[in-house]
Amino acid sequence: MELEYGNKEVFDAETASAMMKELRDAFGNGKTKSFEWRVSQLESLLKIANNHEKEIIDALCSDLSKPELESFVHEIALMKSSCKLALQELKHWMTPQKVKTPITTFPSSAEIVSEPLGVVLVISAWNYPFLLSLEPVIGAITAGNAVVLKPSEVAPATSSLLAKFLGEYMDSSAVKVVEGAVPETSVLLEQKWDKIFYTGNGRVGRIVAAAAAKHLTPLVLELGGKSPVVVDSDVNLMVAARRIIVGKWGCNNGQACIAPDYIITTKDYVPKLVDALKLELEKFYGMDPLNSEDLSRIVNSNHFARLKKLLDDDKVSGKIVHGGQMDEGILKIAPTILLDVPEDSLIMNEEIFGPLLPILTVDKVEASFGMINSRDKPLAAYLFSNKKKLKEEFVKTVSAGGLAVNDTSLHVAVSTLPFGGVGESGMGAYHGKFSFDAFSHKKAVLYRSFAGDAPARYPPYTPAKLRFLKALLNGDILGIIRALFG
Amino acid sequence: MNEMVELGKSLAEVRETFRGGRTRGVAWRKTQLRAIIKFLTDNEDQIFKALEQDLGKHPVEAYRDEVGVVKKSANLALNCVEKWMAPKKGHIPLLFFPSKGEVLPEPFGVVLIFASWNFPISLSLDPLIGAISAGNTVVLKPSELAPACSSFLASALPSYLDPKAIKVIEGGTDIAEQLLQEKWDKIFFTGSPQVGRIVMSAAARHLTPVTLELGGKCPTILDSLSGSSDMEVAVKRIAGAKWGACSGQACIATDYVLVERKNAYILVDLLKKIIQRFYGENLKNLKNLSKIVSKHHFDRVRKLLEDPIVAASIVHGGSVDEENLTIEPTILLDPPLDAEIMTEEIFGPLLPIISLDNIQESIEVINSRPKPLAIYAFTKNEAFKKQILTQTSSGSVTFNDVMVHFVCDTLPFGGVGQSGFGRYHGKYSFDAFSNEKAILQRSFLIELEARYPPWNDFKMQFLRLAYSFNYIGLVLLYLGLKRTSR
Repeated sequence: MELEYGNKEVFDAETASAMMKELRDAFGNGKTKSFEWRVSQLESLLKIANNHEKEIIDALCSDLSKPELESFVHEIALMKSSCKLALQELKHWMTPQKVKTPITTFPSSAEIVSEPLGVVLVISAWNYPFLLSLEPVIGAITAGNAVVLKPSEVAPATSSLLAKFLGEYMDSSAVKVVEGAVPETSVLLEQKWDKIFYTGNGRVGRIVAAAAAKHLTPLVLELGGKSPVVVDSDVNLMVAARRIIVGKWGCNNGQACIAPDYIITTKDYVPKLVDALKLELEKFYGMDPLNSEDLSRIVNSNHFARLKKLLDDDKVSGKIVHGGQMDEGILKIAPTILLDVPEDSLIMNEEIFGPLLPILTVDKVEASFGMINSRDKPLAAYLFSNKKKLKEEFVKTVSAGGLAVNDTSLHVAVSTLPFGGVGESGMGAYHGKFSFDAFSHKKAVLYRSFAGDAPARYPPYTPAKLRFLKALLNGDILGIIRALFG
Repeated sequence: MNEMVELGKSLAEVRETFRGGRTRGVAWRKTQLRAIIKFLTDNEDQIFKALEQDLGKHPVEAYRDEVGVVKKSANLALNCVEKWMAPKKGHIPLLFFPSKGEVLPEPFGVVLIFASWNFPISLSLDPLIGAISAGNTVVLKPSELAPACSSFLASALPSYLDPKAIKVIEGGTDIAEQLLQEKWDKIFFTGSPQVGRIVMSAAARHLTPVTLELGGKCPTILDSLSGSSDMEVAVKRIAGAKWGACSGQACIATDYVLVERKNAYILVDLLKKIIQRFYGENLKNLKNLSKIVSKHHFDRVRKLLEDPIVAASIVHGGSVDEENLTIEPTILLDPPLDAEIMTEEIFGPLLPIISLDNIQESIEVINSRPKPLAIYAFTKNEAFKKQILTQTSSGSVTFNDVMVHFVCDTLPFGGVGQSGFGRYHGKYSFDAFSNEKAILQRSFLIELEARYPPWNDFKMQFLRLAYSFNYIGLVLLYLGLKRTSR
């Protein structure tokens, strides 16, 4: 019997309980662990992306006015890439990893076996509602788990698209979508999960972590922060400007966890930087960016009001050097650059998550690292420079989830790099094999034999046994021989 | 109040030390690791004395499970820390040429370690070694239930280790609660699931990542073994892993044994003989056996025998010496599966033997309980081994032995489900206290125009090909030989 947990039924504690039982039964009978099941589910996900590309793009357009190319590149293509990689590598990832054994357990052999954690919960975000729902689900399935996906209600068209297509294409006894908002999420969080994967903000991240603590459920929290960009003066300015622009406004109009949040550059260089940004912005979005089709809108009126409030302060609005135009009717804000806003203003103390780009200036570019480290650790940090020493210093001292030098945001597309935060920007990582690992338990297995039973292990304890144990634990071969032969 | 002020000052100091940066250099880390080795060598006798006082541990057991283990870990870390600190290369797809990707481990910052009382030296110092090799500053809170060890660590460590970077704070629940109010960059906890929940809830408020090394009922499966010498080796190992490990007060001790009915009596007989040989005939002349750590735990373990049906199942031992907090090695045959002794982690010298019609049933018994830290299985049946591996879940599995995986540094040591999450030992200790920072280095050469708006069909086609890593297609597109799809 298939139960529907869409908006059609009230998702309460009783429904949740029944759902959990169904999922535990599905996991318990072993089918999600099989290679064949995982492959079939991954292939079904690919089919959804291939067969329904237009509907997905339409849903993203409805939810976010996302340009078609962004929808394709940042959501559909990345998701398909992950699916294909998982299909390609699954056998290899599932193979136990043999490890060497030390002399202390001789004779023995050992391996690490990846096994699914069981029944897992993925809570997704609204800004990349397709990708941030399915990328973790791909990880969960690849690792052999049963999974419940709770898409964000702030992107309702994508949420119901996911409920519809996952319901149609996937094995619904083990892969479920629960739509809803705070009440449904709270009910979900009361259940006992074997892992919870949450993408969103720090405030809700804490609520998720507290709920997980009740059941000792391990977590991945993909949060956000203020991702800074340090711009040195010796760079190819045009290329740097373009890469900053596309990382900021080309990523859902700044509503991305790894979008550049603010820039730090030197007082001497800032006029050139601002000019370059203005020039390239016009090339990309034209003279009337509010009506450019290549820019996403602000997701809803709440967030629009939030962003408007950041500019409400006179000390802030007076620092606008480019843009600032808004149209509440179509929920659009033009790319806006501000210069030297006060460091204690709201815009410099909250993740902006929108098309406003403050630039702070310093006397020497080296001072920027201390400024960054005095704030909460962000999800990403960027540096544009050609100086070897500065790059080395940046990599060594700036703590963030991920760093990119001479580019922005691109590291998210490299599946061989772990994607995750640290401190306030989160814990755990995924992408590529890291997704598989995030949803796996790495079970240690030691194979011993009956031969070679060292009497030194057992009482009665004697000084000779002590000598032997000392040598054994120190890996001291001669000592072992001496102890054995008196 | 004074205590709180002292605590505040200590915390401020370790935070300041981390900010100052000296713990990040390899020289500082190696100095601390050498100091730990020296601490152990210089103070071996005092450590044995403290362990004898707190737990009645014999020096051989103390060396094997505590001093030797820590020395081994410190030596390994000393030899490998430089290698572990080095960045790991990540392969970058050709599409992003020229680029360099790597993952660089960095310390979390200021970490808190809670140690348990049963291995008060190794469960304090092993995680400490991990934290130090990863470059963190540390506050260590040893368990107040092992007061001699706790005060020895508090008084002696500061003269060996950097006192501004590594602090030992003694105390009970109230100190622990105060520590948990603070914001840490990582918490490492060894102890019970109940307290694990409290620690994780406190950590949730600050989004602090945690490692929880908890416990559970570690079952030992004893299959029919053809040779009588194999049987003897198996039973010796089981006995050693129960009573030889702090009198059963170990998270990885054999909690209960599963055996086929036809082998139950041989097992009991052999166990009796071995107990006599290793530990003595009766309560009056017990030797080589640790005592129960406290009156509270003594009462807890004794209470497990109070149930008359449970008491009736005792086939050996059962006597207790309240004055000396000693309980003699006790064997029970088939106590009820729903009695407390079979639902709670015993953590004491009582060994229930559960007899089954068929050894295969052991899998069901194990799966009906929370996932344990370890599963042990004595069997030569390769198919049965595979069954155990794939049909049960636990932190680890050891075949044909017990507990020795603890000294196998190449295997991760940690739990799953109720037995915890996260892992350590060997390089895993270093990893447990590190943030793996992703780094992408790009160059200004070679620009991919298709990354930038304004969007058009050509760029769409380019990106479609790019995402499939269809390099030939890309070349053709550039040469104008591939038509755009729309």
